[in-house]
Amino acid sequence: MEKLTELTALELGAAIKKGEVSIEEATRAALEAVEQREGELNCFITRTGEQALERARALQAGVKETSSPLYGVPMAIKDNICTKGVKTSCASKILGDFKPPYEATAAERMERAGCVSLGKLNMDEFAMGSTTETSFYGPTHNPWDTGRVPGGSSGGAAAAVAGRECWYALGSDTGGSIRQPASYCGVTGIKPTYGTVSRYGLIAYASSLDQIGPLARSAADCAAVLDALMGKDPRDGTSLDVPAGGLLASLTGDVRGMKIGLPADCFGEGLDPEVRRAMLEAADVLKSRGAQLVEFDFPVMEYMVPTYYIIAAAEASSNLSRFDGVKYGWRAEGYEDLTDLYCKTRTQGFGAEVKRRILLGTFVLSSGYYDAYYKKALQAKGLIKAAFDDAFGRCDLMLTPVAPTTAPKLGESLSDPLQMYLSDIDTVSVNLAGLPGLSMPCGFDKGGMPIGAQLIGPALGEAAVLNAAHAFQMDTDWHKRSPYEKEVF
Amino acid sequence: MTWETVIGLETHVELATKTKIFCSCTTAFGGAPNTHCCPVCMGMPGTLPVVNKKVVEFACKAGLALNCEITRYNKFDRKNYFYPDLPKAYQISQLYLPIARNGRVTIQTGERERDIRIHELHMEEDAGKLVHDPWVDQTKADYNRCGVPLIEIVTEPDFRTAEQVIAYLEKLKSTLEYLGVSDCKMQEGSLRCDVNLSVRPAGSTEFGTRTEMKNLNSFKAISRAIAYEARRQIELLEEGKRVIQETRRWDDNKDATFSMRSKENAQDYRYFPEPDIPPLELSEEYLDGLRKEQPEMAEERKERYQKEYSLPEYDAGQITAQKALVDFFEATVALGAPAKEAANWMLGEMMRRLKEEELEPKDMKLTPENLAALISMVEQGTINRNTAAKVFRAIFPDNADAQAYVKEHGLEQVSDPVLVEHAVEEAFAENADAVADFKAGNEKVLGFLVGQVMRRLKGKADPKTVNEAVRDRLTH
Repeated sequence: MEKLTELTALELGAAIKKGEVSIEEATRAALEAVEQREGELNCFITRTGEQALERARALQAGVKETSSPLYGVPMAIKDNICTKGVKTSCASKILGDFKPPYEATAAERMERAGCVSLGKLNMDEFAMGSTTETSFYGPTHNPWDTGRVPGGSSGGAAAAVAGRECWYALGSDTGGSIRQPASYCGVTGIKPTYGTVSRYGLIAYASSLDQIGPLARSAADCAAVLDALMGKDPRDGTSLDVPAGGLLASLTGDVRGMKIGLPADCFGEGLDPEVRRAMLEAADVLKSRGAQLVEFDFPVMEYMVPTYYIIAAAEASSNLSRFDGVKYGWRAEGYEDLTDLYCKTRTQGFGAEVKRRILLGTFVLSSGYYDAYYKKALQAKGLIKAAFDDAFGRCDLMLTPVAPTTAPKLGESLSDPLQMYLSDIDTVSVNLAGLPGLSMPCGFDKGGMPIGAQLIGPALGEAAVLNAAHAFQMDTDWHKRSPYEKEVF
Repeated sequence: MTWETVIGLETHVELATKTKIFCSCTTAFGGAPNTHCCPVCMGMPGTLPVVNKKVVEFACKAGLALNCEITRYNKFDRKNYFYPDLPKAYQISQLYLPIARNGRVTIQTGERERDIRIHELHMEEDAGKLVHDPWVDQTKADYNRCGVPLIEIVTEPDFRTAEQVIAYLEKLKSTLEYLGVSDCKMQEGSLRCDVNLSVRPAGSTEFGTRTEMKNLNSFKAISRAIAYEARRQIELLEEGKRVIQETRRWDDNKDATFSMRSKENAQDYRYFPEPDIPPLELSEEYLDGLRKEQPEMAEERKERYQKEYSLPEYDAGQITAQKALVDFFEATVALGAPAKEAANWMLGEMMRRLKEEELEPKDMKLTPENLAALISMVEQGTINRNTAAKVFRAIFPDNADAQAYVKEHGLEQVSDPVLVEHAVEEAFAENADAVADFKAGNEKVLGFLVGQVMRRLKGKADPKTVNEAVRDRLTH
C-alpha cells in the first residue's frame, strides 16, 4: 500500500478493521516517513518507535467490528501532555529528562481507543509562541516549505500530520496553538469548548484558557478523536459534566438554513488579501450548500490581544513557578544558596520568550498593578464573552480567518514579539470566551502555502462546527492536499 | 502613662478530614518522609487540584458555629511565593471571597463576658516540612503535610489581655472539638496561632503600630509572648522610639521575640483567582442541612447537665469544657453509672492522674466501660471506695480490666458475717483493755476497735458492717 500515509485516520482505521492492513504495517509506514523526513522537519522531541511496534502487535489481536474507528491508527502527542514513563519536556531545557509517573487523561483515553503513539511532538517552549521556534530542541519546519515555520505552539503536531508522519496528533490550544499551526500546515484542527476535554496531565501554560484537541486530516477525523477525548474527568475540577461522544455519527454535511456570521471587524486592516479572498470563497462554498451568510460588526477585536496576553501571562507566571530546580527536571550547577539555585536554574533553564511572559505576568499581578491590568483584563474578558453571546444571537457559527497571513519564514517573527502577538488576534478571542474553534484548509497563497479558515461555535457547539467543516470538506479537497503528493491533485 | 494592649489573632486549625484538601492522600500525622503524598499534592506538572467536599463542609460548620455569614459564592486564590516546602510555589488559599465572614465569639473571663468579632474564616492547604541535616549540610523536603486542609480564623483586634486571648482559644478549641472538625492538638501543630499586637495610651481610639508574632506553640508561650511583646513596645514608646511594623519570632527558650522581617521586606504574594478550581456555590438547602447537624455546644450542654444530672455548676462546667470529657462522661453514664459518681471519679481521680501523667483526656487509654465497671463494683459493695481509688490508680495507665484486677489481687470486700464475727472476736480478745475502757464509758475507743478489726480483714470489709458488728458486741 504505497499511499497508506495519505489516508485519513478514519480511512486507515476502516482498512485495519477490514484486515486490509495490519496495525504493524501502518505503524511501520509511519515510522518510515518519520525516519525519512525528521531530518528536515524536526517534528518529534522523543520517538517511541520500538514501543509503538510492540503496541501495534499487541493491539492486532483486539481488532473487532465494535472497536473504536481509530483503533490501531498511529498518532503522536504534543510534548506538554504527560505520558507515563515517557519523557515529557514542554520543549524546555528546564524539564530535562522529566518522565512523569502518571498519564494525562487525554493520552489515557486515546490509549483506551486503541491508539499507537509514535512519540512526543515538538512545540514552542511551554506552548509560548506562534512558530515552534522557541523550542529548546530546535525549530520544526513546515512540510510545504521547510524555509517557513509550521506555526505554533503545536507546530510539531501540525507538521507531523501534514508531513504524513502520523495520521493525527493531540495538541493543545491556549490562544490558537492548535488552529494556527493547522492553518499554516494545511491540516484540520479543533480546540473544543473549555472544560470538555480533561486538562489533567496537560502541563499548564494558562489554566483558564488551555484546552487539548486534535489535529488531523479532516473534520471527520477530528470528530472521531473528540469522541474518544471528551467527557467529565473527576481529576479535573474544571471539566464539564456534559454528554460526550456521538460527534462522528452526527456529521451529515447538511448546513441548510445554518446562519454563518462574518464579523466585519475580522476582515479589516492587516488581513492579507489572499487570505481574505480564500475566506470569502469558503463562505460561498457553505452558502452553495444552503447556509445563509450574515455580516455584522464585532467591535471587541481591539481588546483581544492585550486581554489575552495579560491573563495568559499572569497565570503562566504562577504555573511555571514550580520549575525551580528543587524537585525534578534540570538544575543549574554552582549555586551558592537557595536564592542562587532558583535564579541560576530559572535564568538558564527557561528560554527568552518564556522569561518575557513570566516577567509580564509577574508584573501584572504585582501589588499596585493588579487592579490596573489583571482586574481590567478580567473585565474585558467579560465584555468579550458578552460580545460572542450577542453574535450568536445573530448567527449559528462564525467564519473568520485563523491568522492574518500564511506561514512566515523561519527567523522572521522572533525579532518582533509584539508583531507575533498581534498575529494571534483571530484565535485568542475563542479561548477567552471558552468556545469551540476549528481551523480547516481552504486554499493556498501564490507561494503555495496553505490558508486556513476558522469556524467558531457557541459553547458546546462542537457538533455544528464539525458538521459545517465536514460539509465544506465534502465539496472541497484542500484538506486532502499533501506536500508530497502534489501531482495527485 | 497607662497603656492599653490591643491584640488580634490569626489561628490556623488543621481539619480532621481523612484525606487531603485536593487529593485523596491520607492526612495521618507522621509517617516516613514523602509516603503520604502523590503527584497532585506534590504539585507535579500537569496535575490538578480537586476540592475535597468534606473540607468545605467542615469549614462551613466551623463558620456557622462561630456565628459567621457563610459566603454562598466563594473562591480559591493563589498565594505565590518561592520556598522548597511549597512544591507548586503557590499556596491555594482564599483571599477575595473567603468561605465565612463577620462572626462573633463570646468569651468569659472571671465574671465578665466579652464579644470577639471574627473578621473571616478561610480554607487553605498546608505546606511541607524542611529538615536540615547539618552533618552533610543538606536540606531535605518532606511533603507529607502538603495539602493537609487548614482553616485560618482571623479575629478583629478585640482582645486587651492575654487572659482574654486564652479564653478565646479555649472556647475556639472546645467549639471545633464539639463539631468534630479538628482535634486541635497544639503539640502536633493542628492548632497554631499568630498574635498581632500593638499598644496605645489608655483611652486612645487610634491603633498603634503592630507586630505579628509567630512560632507560638502552647497557651503558655502565647501568654508569655504577649506579656513580653507588650512590655517591649511600651518601653520603646516610653523611650520616645517607634515600634516597627514587622514579623517577630517567639523563642521559647530565650523567653523573648526576635525580628524576622520588616514590612519593607514583606513579600508580594501576587494573589489571583485560582483558575484550576471553579467557584464554590453553596445552596441554602446545603447550609440548612449543616445547621441541623450542628451539635449541642458547651454552654447548652452545661445547663443540661445541671438540670438533667443535678451536677453542680462547677462540675458541669469542668466536664463540658472539653469534648473528650463529655464523650467519656456520656459513655460512662450510658453504661449505667450514676451521673454524679461518674462526674466525681472523672473530676477527682481521673483529672489527678491526667495531670500526673501530663496527658490530654483524648490521649488516655482508660475507657468508659472500665470506669463504669469500677463504679458498679463500688455500688454493689464488691469493693469499698478506698479500695476502688487504689484500683483506679492501678488500672489507669494501661486500661487494665478493673474486675479482673480486683479478682487477681483478692480485693473483693469481705461480706461473710462469720468472717467478720471471727475478726471481731480476735480483736476483742487482744484488746481487752480497750473493751473495758468502752464499758467504763469511754466511747472514743470504738474507732480504735473498728480499725483493729479492719486490719485483720486487710481493709476489705465494708466499714459500715464492721462498725455495726463492733458496736453490737460491745453493747450486748
